[in-house]
Amino acid sequence: MFKKILLVLLAGLVLFALASCGGEEEAESSAAAESAEPAVDYSDNPYTDGEDLSGTTVNIFGAFVDNDAARFEDSMVPFEEATGIDVVYEGSGDFETLITVRAEGGDPPDVAAFPQPGLAADLVRGGYVYDVAEWLGMDYLSQQYNDAWTDLAEIEGIQAGVWYRASIKSLVWYNKPVFEEEGYGIPETWDEMLALSDQMVADGYTPWAIGIESSGATGWVATDWLEDIMLRIHPPEVYDAWVAGEVKFDSPEFREALDYLAEIWFNEDYVLGGREGIVLTPFGDAVTPIAVDPPAALMHRQANFIMGFMPEGGAEVGPTLGFFYLPPIDSAMGRPVLGAGDLLGPMQDRPEVRAVMRYLATGLSTKAWLEQGGFVSPHNDTPLDWYPTDVDRGIAEILAAATTFRFDASDLMPGAVGAGTFWTGMTDYVNDENANLDRILQSIDSSYP
Amino acid sequence: MSDIEESVLGRRTIQTALSILAAAALIIIFVWSFSFMRNEEAPKALIAVVALVVGIGGIWALFITVDNLVSQMPVRVRDFLRPYVFITPAFLVLLVYIIYPTIRTIYVSFFDYTRGSGAPVNFGLQNYLVILSDPKLLVAFRNNLLWLILVPAFAVSFGLVIAVLVDRIKWESFAKSLIFMPMAISFVGASVIWRFVYYRSLWGSQIGLLNAIVVGLGGDPVGWLRIEPWNNIFLIIIMIWLQTGFAMVILSSAVKGVPASLLEAARIDGAGEVRIFFQVIIPYVASTILTVTTTIVILVLKVFDVVFVMTSGQFNTDVVANMMYNQMFKAGQYGRGAALAVILFIAVIPIMVRNIRSMNQA
Repeated sequence: MFKKILLVLLAGLVLFALASCGGEEEAESSAAAESAEPAVDYSDNPYTDGEDLSGTTVNIFGAFVDNDAARFEDSMVPFEEATGIDVVYEGSGDFETLITVRAEGGDPPDVAAFPQPGLAADLVRGGYVYDVAEWLGMDYLSQQYNDAWTDLAEIEGIQAGVWYRASIKSLVWYNKPVFEEEGYGIPETWDEMLALSDQMVADGYTPWAIGIESSGATGWVATDWLEDIMLRIHPPEVYDAWVAGEVKFDSPEFREALDYLAEIWFNEDYVLGGREGIVLTPFGDAVTPIAVDPPAALMHRQANFIMGFMPEGGAEVGPTLGFFYLPPIDSAMGRPVLGAGDLLGPMQDRPEVRAVMRYLATGLSTKAWLEQGGFVSPHNDTPLDWYPTDVDRGIAEILAAATTFRFDASDLMPGAVGAGTFWTGMTDYVNDENANLDRILQSIDSSYP
Repeated sequence: MSDIEESVLGRRTIQTALSILAAAALIIIFVWSFSFMRNEEAPKALIAVVALVVGIGGIWALFITVDNLVSQMPVRVRDFLRPYVFITPAFLVLLVYIIYPTIRTIYVSFFDYTRGSGAPVNFGLQNYLVILSDPKLLVAFRNNLLWLILVPAFAVSFGLVIAVLVDRIKWESFAKSLIFMPMAISFVGASVIWRFVYYRSLWGSQIGLLNAIVVGLGGDPVGWLRIEPWNNIFLIIIMIWLQTGFAMVILSSAVKGVPASLLEAARIDGAGEVRIFFQVIIPYVASTILTVTTTIVILVLKVFDVVFVMTSGQFNTDVVANMMYNQMFKAGQYGRGAALAVILFIAVIPIMVRNIRSMNQA
């Protein structure tokens, strides 16, 4: 009896193993079929320096999953067709944890797609990332990217990778029908935006929908707002010094930014649900109130990726939802833009990896994804007419018109601060009316490792 | 006569030699399969088959061969060696997966060690000083203590009361399976369900169960998860909901073991049902209650999932295990995370010692 059960179990396990591997075998055989096609000249392309590297494989490991992963794979097709190099993408929601484990365990991928430069910086310090400037030349990188981007990719003196996807955070989304009906204009300055908010309150609307809940990352929406405000009231040098830890959190500069935040966030008439609504609403749900009919709130500040969170069957970006640039506070600071991006850093040195990096530095490498919408390319050679909608093009134009571009500060700060005390400290500050701000700010400062 | 002796001796030698050969062959197979399974080129299906055959069949073969080898030895040596043959593999696994990581964690907790820094440096107490001076640790200790007292107390009480009550009804098994059902749900799954129970909509109708009831009764929606310190209780309720079923099932079988004659005698002596519950049933199942309680206490000491999913420790609901996770994986401060793990480890030791002692007595 026991033996029978064991046999059945074993057979089941083997079958399961075979079934779960079936997919890959198919993929392999179809790859084999492709290579059996009439020979293509794989040496004539801009990526491999005239070498034929066909048949080799490059593994890319990143945090894009589901649809994003499929779109990333699609956008690698032009490279695969030109060079015969197989690009295998693997995505994981636990990228942040796994990439460290793999690097320290001696099994790094060929290329890692870092959503946060802070994480990349940790690995650069550990010596796990190669310098792309050495491979591709600084001239080529400067030609492909704005200086702001190449400055950001410079970590510990090396270019730690190439930028692939840009995220623009200085955007305010609004409900178009109400704006048209009431004749509200797009605010050009911070004061106009506050006046507009007052007008909305007077007309019986709630101006703002804000939500900062994001499970383990709760608080990042608050830090994004503060970073945008910092860029609008201080010169970029102050912002950079703040990121570097030279300007403290417990400083007049940062406290001034908190005052601007408090003026909107802690005005119960301005914000849907007040403090409680802010801390308990998941950031992805916070856009819904402005997208339904009739809207429960009229404005929502969030990065361009929020388009992916619009409620299904509800409003569409374009007819119902518009966006405007989060207006400047001090005109002397120009039109700063806060953003983020995905940095693709090489962790192995092989000719085919170098070729992929060269490709990823071109706008062409983003085309397939960009045409699906909701994507902004940081490359200089990406023409605006590739963007599928006016919304995408408008966002790309805001990026192009920026006088200053700065990266999300919390992504650049050491993890203990940028993904730790800054988030939790600001959540405590928003949550509790009687919070001891001095102590919160001091504890953020003292958490610098 | 001597011929027979010689042939027996010869057979023995051959058998011993065969056993040694088999053991050597097994070791070679193990080493080969290990390197084979690490080979990325090999087809995945073949790797899976090799892992199954070598993993399951190999261990069986190893046990049989080594046991055979021991059987060749003189009786005294045989009796001495045999237990070790069976315990060594298990002990090796423990050594690699539990004892080594424990020692390594204690070691790392005394050094500066962060993500990407390569190796631990600067021996000292710095991690402990930083952690112990964090006011949030005190809050986490308080919360852990709340969990530690409330979850076992309520889960065991409810479990016992339900076990006694359903003992007398017709649809006992149905009632029991209803209460046992949450046990089948993972902690994360249960937390996701309870997030909806406590959910507070920003606008429109309240889809959260509790807020729908509150609004239905004419009240204003409540942000349950941020009312301090009650939010801790709301999280603890989830764990009680999960663990009551476990306590009930174990205690139910103990309650069924209370002899009917004992209960009848108590009734004849004029004891009421309440008195029977406290003075007959509880003393009779006391040892089971103790076992269930310690099991739940150990589980609660490690509580992490529920807090992580529900609040991530915001609004003063943090617990030590969640702080450790944040230091380790969010901040990349391995040293500090290890120090927190050591603190948690020290807190668990007394209960583990108690548990092992009572296990040895039983």
